[in-house]
Amino acid sequence: MNRVMIFKRFERFWHWFQALLIFSLLITGFEIHGSYSLLGFGDATRLHTIAAWSLIVLWLFAIFWHITTGEWRQYVPTRDGLFAVMHYYLIGTFTGAKHPYRKTSKAKHNPLQRLAYLFFKLVISPIIWVSGLLYLFYNDWPAVLAGALNLETVALVHTAAAFAMLVFIIAHVYMTTMGHTLTSHIKPMVTGYEELDEPAKKP
Amino acid sequence: MAKLNKTHPARFLVISALAALLMFTGNPGMAAIERSPATADHTKFKALKGPFETASQVTEACLECHTEAAGQIKATTHWTWLYQHKETGQTLGKNKVINSFCGMAVTNEPRCTSCHVGYGWKDMNEPPPEADSAVDCLVCHDTTGDYWKFPTLAGGPTYIPREWPKGSGKMVQPPDLPNIAQNVGATGRANCGSCHFYGGGGDGVKHGDLDSSLVSPDRSLDVHMSPDGANFSCSDCHSTWGHSVSGSRYQVNAKDTLGIDIPGHTDLSRASCESCHGPAPHEKEKLNDHVNKVACQTCHVPAFARGGVPTKMWWDWSTAGELDENSKPIATYDADGHVSYLSEKGDFRHGENVVPYYAWFDGTVEYTMVEDQFDIDNPPLEINRLDGEPNDPGSRIWPFKLMQGKQPFDTEYKTLLATHVFGADDSSLWSNYNWPKALKFASEKSGLPFSGNFDFIETRMYWPITHMVPTADQALRCSACHTAESRLAGLGGIYMPGHSSNVWLDRIGWLVVALTLAGVVLHALARVVFSKRKQS
Repeated sequence: MNRVMIFKRFERFWHWFQALLIFSLLITGFEIHGSYSLLGFGDATRLHTIAAWSLIVLWLFAIFWHITTGEWRQYVPTRDGLFAVMHYYLIGTFTGAKHPYRKTSKAKHNPLQRLAYLFFKLVISPIIWVSGLLYLFYNDWPAVLAGALNLETVALVHTAAAFAMLVFIIAHVYMTTMGHTLTSHIKPMVTGYEELDEPAKKP
Repeated sequence: MAKLNKTHPARFLVISALAALLMFTGNPGMAAIERSPATADHTKFKALKGPFETASQVTEACLECHTEAAGQIKATTHWTWLYQHKETGQTLGKNKVINSFCGMAVTNEPRCTSCHVGYGWKDMNEPPPEADSAVDCLVCHDTTGDYWKFPTLAGGPTYIPREWPKGSGKMVQPPDLPNIAQNVGATGRANCGSCHFYGGGGDGVKHGDLDSSLVSPDRSLDVHMSPDGANFSCSDCHSTWGHSVSGSRYQVNAKDTLGIDIPGHTDLSRASCESCHGPAPHEKEKLNDHVNKVACQTCHVPAFARGGVPTKMWWDWSTAGELDENSKPIATYDADGHVSYLSEKGDFRHGENVVPYYAWFDGTVEYTMVEDQFDIDNPPLEINRLDGEPNDPGSRIWPFKLMQGKQPFDTEYKTLLATHVFGADDSSLWSNYNWPKALKFASEKSGLPFSGNFDFIETRMYWPITHMVPTADQALRCSACHTAESRLAGLGGIYMPGHSSNVWLDRIGWLVVALTLAGVVLHALARVVFSKRKQS
């Protein structure tokens, strides 16, 4: 076992900043939706807009990082071992079975994670992005768009995607507690390092 | 060093830029409007020395120099009390319309025509008096405050000491006409207000956003009219053209797309917010995104009747006429000290700081005319109807005073009725408290039909709210509308974040969230249970 750098500095920054922004967006977003009253509609809207723009900029950096480092390959889906992982979470975890997946720095996500994160990146987030920008620039829609679409539809899609995001977060946060110990999955996302069966590398 | 002291072009630019920045960051504030000095001192005119027997003689003196003024006035709505509506084709104006206050002006002349901009219009079956000297210059141009059109004299002031209000013991003295004539000037708030603040028979009764509190309001009541604000007179916005005043309640400019009023480019009417503030006046872009659908007044007049003067919100004529055991008229008052019943007028409800009623409005108002048949089985009857709808680009959400009450109608002809309330004769409602007699007289006098059978129907009437704009910090917060208990609830045709939502999306969304949470909790509990079993 060796201490291996598994989440690089940018990746950790990206993850935690994104987490902060998504939590802010969820809290303000559902207030804007009218689910509760916390900051007041005006302030909630302003914070939501600032957080949204920040997330967009962060994503632009993250996309660039994924492409230039080749890290995008971490999210290529595979069926190989998918059912074993699902079986583990549904049954094995109770019977004391070992996690079937062997993590490496080249393939740090198990098949289920790959699918979940890919869904997050290619489905939930783009829908939120596009519907959110349409929502924000509702008054500047070109006539063609204004004739085909209305604010209600855009708001509906945006809210539906927000629900999907909330469900993802709940499941994601819970899954991070399912390592050897409650925090053993979380620690690498903080320090960057994890004990793995591979030779130590310089970060 | 000498070199450095030379003004370098780049340095000059930086300094000017800084100076410019300082100028713009400093709050410009709002200064009272300045007015150009007059070119004439009216105290120096021989013609104005007097003595004057009547106000008409003052008018004659005015017309010696202002030769076209009488002709101009006679062409205006202020004189004719007629308004030809271009959109609806209806002939409106005080001469024709009925309202939910005292009904119609006709048959109540000397009282109602006391606000006519002339003298001696005693019979509205005839046009106003023809003589140029019948035009009242002073009601608009008096600056002394001493000139007052006596309420029962068909437009003229009183020339002998007279008691008003009746039975109060207060005597109104004849005006000092030479002094008034020598001190004429541009119109001020008190001039217009002497009629427009008192519509419906008393201070603040009719409009809700026009009452005597606007003669000298705080900035928090009206930032434009406040002496501490812009100190505008009415005509600074209601700009005039040959004595014709812009801004109409019958055909409102509900969405001024011309923007800031520039001579030679626009219509020279400043009777809209956009005429000065332009179409995108907010620093925050999201607020400017609202102006296509929301009138300025909707956010910037958070409530009306805010100046301490109540406005009538409900007037039920059907209860008028009850007398006490001595056959004397009754007056009762509500908890706020506002009159709640008068034998002459029936039951009232008054309001202060009233939240407006909101509706889509394109500026066009249609009237139920007194001769129009209507559906008597489905009250309330709308005395006026607001045109406009959500998808019409010319419509916006506007605030209104919603006036409600009950007024008489003809059960046979299914029309509203002219009401003869005021008059020295023994038929007027206020002299004998007898509805059939008053209605019969009104019909005979006006020529409007009356079958003899009448009842009272609930009516509603909409009055656009546009005055009483406070400082910007008092404008409505976002959450006044973007909330479950939105001010605009029930308006329809618009998706309002924070208020509107799809019930099913919310139900399904929260259900899925709850199921996920439940799944997570169950999974976690199972982990705890199984790990304990293994340990034991």
